[in-house]
Amino acid sequence: MKLIILLLTLFSLACAHQTNTLYDQIGGKKSIQNITDNLVDQIGNDDVIFKYFEKSNVDRFHRSFAIHLCASIGGPCEYKGDNMKEVHRGMMINEGDFNATVNLLMIAMREAGLTHRQVNRVLAKLIPYQKNIVYK
Amino acid sequence: MPTIAMIMLRKLSLCLIVNSLLISTSLAAGGKLLSTAGVSQIEGAGGGGLVPWATLSGYDSREQISTTAFLSQVNVDDFTLKAFGASVSFYDRIEVSLAEHNFTIDATGLKLKQDIFGIKTRLYGDVIYSPLPQVSLGMQYKTLKDSALVNSLNTNNNAHGADFYLSLTKVNLGVLFGFNTLWNTTLRYTNANQLGLLGFGGPKNNSRELVFEVSAAFLLNRYLSVGAEYRQKPNNLDLVEDDWHDLFISYSPNKSLSLTLAWLQLGTVAGANSQDGLYMSLVGHL
Repeated sequence: MKLIILLLTLFSLACAHQTNTLYDQIGGKKSIQNITDNLVDQIGNDDVIFKYFEKSNVDRFHRSFAIHLCASIGGPCEYKGDNMKEVHRGMMINEGDFNATVNLLMIAMREAGLTHRQVNRVLAKLIPYQKNIVYK
Repeated sequence: MPTIAMIMLRKLSLCLIVNSLLISTSLAAGGKLLSTAGVSQIEGAGGGGLVPWATLSGYDSREQISTTAFLSQVNVDDFTLKAFGASVSFYDRIEVSLAEHNFTIDATGLKLKQDIFGIKTRLYGDVIYSPLPQVSLGMQYKTLKDSALVNSLNTNNNAHGADFYLSLTKVNLGVLFGFNTLWNTTLRYTNANQLGLLGFGGPKNNSRELVFEVSAAFLLNRYLSVGAEYRQKPNNLDLVEDDWHDLFISYSPNKSLSLTLAWLQLGTVAGANSQDGLYMSLVGHL
């Protein structure tokens, strides 16, 4: 029980120390570009996940993903594209393949030099989109 | 349950663990993210070490079936408990588990044995993606094999018992200095004495009561987590039964395997007080 109380105390302290945006912390525009480049490479090398992108325009995906990611983590970008539900409509992305793609994104972020904790924080910002992406 | 089935279970669990060590991770039903499967708790359900969680035992996503086997050993001051078992999780919806407990009183060599059949179903949510915790409802049906000792302790002579539990589990990403955390709360409706090894119900209270169990874990990185658990216990016999506590560290190098070490504080067990000791567990997933 003592550990739980300690964890809760640490948790409240952690919340009190938010200064600049997550976008700034991970290295801004340059990092967003690197993550997106790495993700496109990862997807290109993954036969299972690539099948969802076969008919996609890679440049368009690259551009939209970077802006969406930037906007999701407090960066100076405004995502004006279709919402996540519309983008993934008819793709029937199953849960396993969704999680496999999350794994590719995690690799892409690590390759771009993000720390374990930064990767966690970025994923936390993206979690709410999952329900609009799988099984649509 | 016939003994032959338990012998087969023993062989199957060993075989599964060995296979998990050998196979490439790509063969595993790995539709979930690493470390989200938890481990196999002492009674065979997916969970922490002592507490069943709302997560199912495997890495199965909604299209997959996964198989899990575990071998665990508890060595406290005066007792040894060896537990092993296997479980199958279907489509991230239903988990069925079988486990066997072999309990030894070190000083006398006296042995007690029980079998546990478990079933759990996920009612709501996803431990990571849903805003509210994942919720599951489970049952553990326990059959005590050698009831001579229990008969002497327990005027009601119950060698069978069923626990019912409701678990809520949530993983929060990046919340504690950027680290991921997991918390679980379980409400169990039980009259099992020392997991059922000392029978069910007793002179002080024969019927089931609600007890409270919690786990909290801190994920240090993708592979390592540390945490604590608390399990409230009924107190039905004239022998005192204390609540259980543990501190654990768990290592999941990939989706096929996890190793857990814990320091247990079990309090008074079967008349012997301050029972502290080690818990070791090996879990394999296919």
